[in-house]
Amino acid sequence: MGAFSALLKRDLALAIRLGGGGATALAFFTLAVLMIPFGVGAELPVLARIAGGVLWVAALLACLLSLDRVFQADFEDGSLDQLLTSGLPAELTVAAKAIAHWLTTGLPIVVAAPILGLMLAIPEAAIQPLILSLLAGTPALSFIGAVGAALTVGVRRGGLLLSILVLPLYVPTLIFGARVVEAAAASRLARPSCSSPPSPSSPSPSARSPRPGRCG
Amino acid sequence: MSIWKYANPAEFMRVSGAALPWVAGLAIALMALGVGWSLFFTPEDYQQGQTVKILFIHVPAAIQAINGYLVMVVASLIGLIRRHHVSFLVAKAAAPIGAGFTLLGLFTGAVWGEPMWGTWWVWDARLTSFLILFFFYLGYMALWAAIDDPEKAADLSAVLCLVGGVFAILSRYAVQFWATLHQGTSISLSGNQKLTPEFLYPLVVMLLAFLLTFLALLIVRTRTEIRLRRARAIRLSTAEM
Repeated sequence: MGAFSALLKRDLALAIRLGGGGATALAFFTLAVLMIPFGVGAELPVLARIAGGVLWVAALLACLLSLDRVFQADFEDGSLDQLLTSGLPAELTVAAKAIAHWLTTGLPIVVAAPILGLMLAIPEAAIQPLILSLLAGTPALSFIGAVGAALTVGVRRGGLLLSILVLPLYVPTLIFGARVVEAAAASRLARPSCSSPPSPSSPSPSARSPRPGRCG
Repeated sequence: MSIWKYANPAEFMRVSGAALPWVAGLAIALMALGVGWSLFFTPEDYQQGQTVKILFIHVPAAIQAINGYLVMVVASLIGLIRRHHVSFLVAKAAAPIGAGFTLLGLFTGAVWGEPMWGTWWVWDARLTSFLILFFFYLGYMALWAAIDDPEKAADLSAVLCLVGGVFAILSRYAVQFWATLHQGTSISLSGNQKLTPEFLYPLVVMLLAFLLTFLALLIVRTRTEIRLRRARAIRLSTAEM
């Protein structure tokens, strides 16, 4: 594990001294969220309704935009070749780099998300699920993104290509993450008190009338 | 003697060249039969009127859209394991065809949705899944196009195809979960109702016609890719002299 932690420390040190560490990703995340009230208006009920999804999409974009740093610099100066011949299994090299990416983008976002959530008037009951879902989901964003970063390393102007490759792969993570927050926010509104029976079940899908001549 | 001898490009060119006129001819014949039958000799639906005939294009296109990705995954897997260049080229050739069928499925769906549901697009699970599938195709083609060295491009895009295959299935179920939770679905796309024979038979003909069209296009495009690869090799060898 010596080589693994050494690589992790090196990548963290590089990120902090050269790229501003987590500050750049955090600034992007905050600015992206800040754009939302300008775009959709400042009514708090509207913002509260979309807060979970907005925070998740902003976190996803912040992760995405910092992905090209994961392998690119090491590829250009040749240290990637050194790492691959160093005896540390390639899987662990990639894992160390993905974890370093998460520590410098995902973690600051997880810390900042509840504050931005409060600014977007997210329901209090949804804050804990928001933190937990981001804590579980942002490492996935880093690791999935590492696949795209590895595939596009060495490609000229690979940034845009990287987005096209990685964004479709992010769909399941985004759906589950954002739904957790939304379900938590909605259940607070729907649940009158703790002693009441469970909420009435929604109308069954089988009640829908089928259309004739349709199988597509 | 094994099936792998067809992985030899020369052998592949010989066999596919002999098969192509038959596959293409059958595809054209079935397409003519299917289009004629389904457009002119099927009754109107009592609710949907003439628009029901979009079904005969829409469903086969959607099935070939999925089939295209399946072909890419299998070909990429064989290419990565057995290092067969023809397999990589089959996967590369399948991508634009699959993307084309996906686009055709989305387009006919929109044209059909407008008179039926009064809207060109709904955020239904199936529609959204197909849109995502389209972007999987686009990303795959973009990666091929972005890397100069064909050997490297073949390896990397094969990896992308396999990763994408896993995530395409994940996305499909995630999107289903999202759509059922998100909107109380106003429309039912699931076909639990039976098609009557006068619709079913022309549909089967069209399904076969689209499958053969896919195969014929795949053969043509793979042969083109092999020739392009040969032309590149000749160019490089003359440049070295």
